[in-house]
Amino acid sequence: MTGDEPQLRVSKIRSGTVIDHVAAGQALNVLAILGIDGSGGESVSVGMNVPSGRIDRKDVVKVEGRELSPAEVDALSLIAPEATINIIRDYEVVHKTRVQRPTAVTGVLECPNHSCITNAGEPVDSEFDVLEEGVRCRYCETILREEIAAQIGT
Amino acid sequence: MRQDDLVSATGLARADVETVLDRAAEIAADPGSWRERHAGALLALCFFEPSTRTRMSFDAAMKRLGGDTVDMGPVESSSVKKGESLADTVQVIEGYADALVLRHPKEGAARMAAGYVDVPLINAGDGAGQHPSQTLLDLYTMREATGLDGVTVGMLGDLKYGRTVHSLAEALTEFDAEMHFVSPESLRLPESVRYDVESAGGAVREHESLGAVLPDLDVLYVTRIQRERFPDESEYRAVAGEFRIDEATLADARDDLTVMHPLPRVDEIDAAVDDTDHARYFRQAHNGVPVRMALLDLLL
Ligand SMILES: [Zn+2]
Repeated sequence: MTGDEPQLRVSKIRSGTVIDHVAAGQALNVLAILGIDGSGGESVSVGMNVPSGRIDRKDVVKVEGRELSPAEVDALSLIAPEATINIIRDYEVVHKTRVQRPTAVTGVLECPNHSCITNAGEPVDSEFDVLEEGVRCRYCETILREEIAAQIGT
Repeated sequence: MRQDDLVSATGLARADVETVLDRAAEIAADPGSWRERHAGALLALCFFEPSTRTRMSFDAAMKRLGGDTVDMGPVESSSVKKGESLADTVQVIEGYADALVLRHPKEGAARMAAGYVDVPLINAGDGAGQHPSQTLLDLYTMREATGLDGVTVGMLGDLKYGRTVHSLAEALTEFDAEMHFVSPESLRLPESVRYDVESAGGAVREHESLGAVLPDLDVLYVTRIQRERFPDESEYRAVAGEFRIDEATLADARDDLTVMHPLPRVDEIDAAVDDTDHARYFRQAHNGVPVRMALLDLLL
């Protein structure tokens, strides 16, 4: 296999977003954050465990016809802190940014603590402060570290 | 105090603690002169979980300041039973009173409720979370007995679910206190409290038995280990026996060791200890009234 040509793995998109340098294994979580499960009809390509100089192995997600909201970028930063986001229009990269860790995320994660008030049917969004490692529920003060991806609400 | 609410001990700065404790000391020195201080003011008692002493203590504190209380009553007979949200309940009750005291089984309930009301709100316990007015009376008691700086404090028992321990450990990081945590392996301090103590520059020193550390302690804060935390009776009995304090245990302690307990106690402190100079837990419970008077006075 002459698998070293990236264009063979993941085709170019005309306009939309390329999320690159996602930590290997996190691509499906990226799709979960974006609410993409295939049922919406979006054209999506995913590359997994692609060799990469910067982070050894990486995942890549390309979504046709979609630019990300700031809340989506915040959520992405929690599971893919090294990611770059490329906005594509007419096959050209018109905007390229590294994600930045936000100081807090609202409404994106579900608190894993079943006794937390945010899981009690109250009219309140979950809110997590972002720590150096992991995040912390602003209500019940529970700390989440590696398990963040599992708590992404849909 | 800088705050309008008392939701968590985590947010209590040293200056806030000292303000409350100083006011409590003033009140305790001359309670009669505070009798008219808040005449006409109303405090709403919202207890979504049974509580006798915390509720009575707030009730007594408000009445000794000349005010009065309105009580939501038991949850079984209220609109909560019909499915009303906590957010709605507190917004209605806010219209009846000048301040709210809330106890609720869900962690974070007080923080959420405080966001829905404009009157001061005091957290009187949220699940396994925080119980900051208890912390203030613990600190008051400790300050009377040993001071809060340059002291060595041991916390013993159920450190995982014991919310009084969580709040106390976090508050003590504001002072020069060396803390030791003594518990069975399965009931160690939760990660969030460990994080708070360590990020405040404190050290978490853990032990599985009291023996080695007891002779160094100025204060021993005992909590109850509950039967339901253990899968079987024999395991519980073994652990509970090991973490029980009696006169023989205290033979190795310093003469001036202060023993505290948030009460109610079952048998984790032998009744014979009550008559020793170590026992401070009934005094600690009594301190709840002046400390809550001070808190209400500063928030109202
Ligand atoms: Zn929570």
